[in-house]
Parts: sequence; structure tokens; C-alpha cells
Amino acid sequence: MFLRENVGFPMAIVVVDVALKPEILDPQGRAVMGALGRLGLNDVAEVRQGKQFVLSIDGEVDDAKLEQIKEIASTLLSNPVIEDFTVQVRP
Amino acid sequence: MTPRVGVITFPGSLDDKDAARAIQLVGGTYVALWHADADLHSVDAVVLPGGFSYGDYLRCGAIAKFAPVMEKLVDAANGGLPILGICNGFQILTESHLLPGALTRNDHLHFICRDQKLRIENNNSAWTSNFEIGQEILIPLKNGEGGYVADEKTLDELEGEGLVIARYIERNPNGSRRDIAGISNASGNVVGIMPHPEHAVEKLTGPTTDGLGFFTSLLKSLVNNGKVSA
Repeated sequence: MFLRENVGFPMAIVVVDVALKPEILDPQGRAVMGALGRLGLNDVAEVRQGKQFVLSIDGEVDDAKLEQIKEIASTLLSNPVIEDFTVQVRP
Repeated sequence: MTPRVGVITFPGSLDDKDAARAIQLVGGTYVALWHADADLHSVDAVVLPGGFSYGDYLRCGAIAKFAPVMEKLVDAANGGLPILGICNGFQILTESHLLPGALTRNDHLHFICRDQKLRIENNNSAWTSNFEIGQEILIPLKNGEGGYVADEKTLDELEGEGLVIARYIERNPNGSRRDIAGISNASGNVVGIMPHPEHAVEKLTGPTTDGLGFFTSLLKSLVNNGKVSA
């Protein structure tokens, strides 16, 4: 009957995108690019493959929470030696 | 007293028992260490074995670095405890920033499994002191993400300080920068290597017994440091 148990509690979505640094070779992206050519898309100069993490947060995301997520993005979700990341709060 | 050498088993570790066997073959005592137990049980050295800890999810070694035992291991590493990371263990050491750089997807995207020739480049580390510089060894290599990468400055530092312990020769199997197969930290107690010395310790199962040198080196360094008696 009551499908949404968290009605009344705002949900926030935080999206963390992780990509290999430009100077790091991306053999997976290169393999995808090879397939694009076979599918008739021949004007792609480069493909870089990354990862996206979508965090659904109970409640609001304040500055402290955002800092905490950025910290986790730089320690767990990405490896700063080879990857860059961005964090966005989805409206 | 024989040296007590711990091998950490994570969910998904594969080569922990092979490492244990190598330790016992050279006269050490194997101590089983568990990822969820934040205690190194007074071991004299630690091997991080090969395998696929936590299914290699996220990145190889990325989740293992947050295992309870790892906090103790990082402290112990900084205190000089000899630590050898093999394959996935090497990946865990770089993820934990105990060694610089990172291991990435093989440049040709294929998983490789073959006997690989290496040249020993440094015999100052706790794990390579029984080799001659320039010695060529043949041990198995098996990985999908073994390409060693680091920025040019880090690579130059590794070369300049003689911290490359082994290099691939005849062919570079995975696109590793400067043919690097293994490196050491500046104090020489922490070593990571992508190929598997613990799979080359007996004639019956390995291509050679060249891998034994890593484990006899450890025993020698423990004796020299007065940790155990000869």
C-alpha cells in the first residue's frame, strides 16, 4: 500500500565521475574506438572510458557531507595516481 | 628460532598457499593472517599474495587497502617490516601508497599467463639480496592488469635511486613503463613484483626454482638485522 517508505525525507543524488588522466593510456577506450569505426562512425578522434558512481543520499547534502564525499572520491572511488574525478550534486 | 612470515588472505586471494609453501621451503614458519583481523601476530615479515582480492572490483587492490589488517601493515611498513607484494599484492601496495605508481590494464587488453624472463636490477632490498645484479631469472607471469605506470618524474626517481628491482627482458608483456616488473621503496623493506616468484620454487611445478631467491633473501636480511638467528 505504502510503496515509498521514505516519503517526507528528501533524497539527494551525488554523482562522482572518474576518468583516467589524459596522459594515461586507455586501452579499453582504444578498443571501443576500433568498434566505432566498424559501425560506420569514422570521425571520432578519441574515446576515453571512465566510471560513474551515483550516490543516493538520505537527507540533504550540506557542505560537510560534500567534503566527506570528495574525500572518499579521492581515496576509494579514484586513484589519484592515474585518475581524475568530479563531484556533482544533481538537482 | 625460525622466522615467522605472515601471508595475508583476502576474500579472492589465490596464491596464499603457494606463498606459504615457498616460505616453508626456505625454512620459515608460515603464519596465516586474515584481512579482517587487525593484528599482524608479531610476524617478522609479510607477503601479500596474488589473486583477485574483493573480485578486483572498483580497481585491483582498491578495496583491499581499507581492510582492517592494512592499517597495521602500513604502520609496520613504515617501521621497516619486510613486505613483499606479488601481483595483486603489488597492486595493493601501490593503492596503499606504500609504493609509487599504479598497475593498469595490459596495453593489449589480454590476460597473459606465461613464463617470463626478468633481469634483477637491485640486490639491496630485503627480498633481492641473494641475487646478483644483472642475473636473469625465469618465473611465471599471469595478470590482466600488470602495466606499471607512473609519471616521468617518479620513473626518473625510481631509476635514479636504483629502486627498480627487476625488469622484463626479451619482451615487455603488458606495456609497463620502462619494462618495470618490480620496484622497492627507498628503505628496501617493501617490494612489489608483478610476476610470481612463489610459483617457481620447485622443479615439479615451476619452470625453474629461481623464485626461491626472493625468500632466501628475506631470511638473510632477517638474520643480518638480528631478527632471527642463523
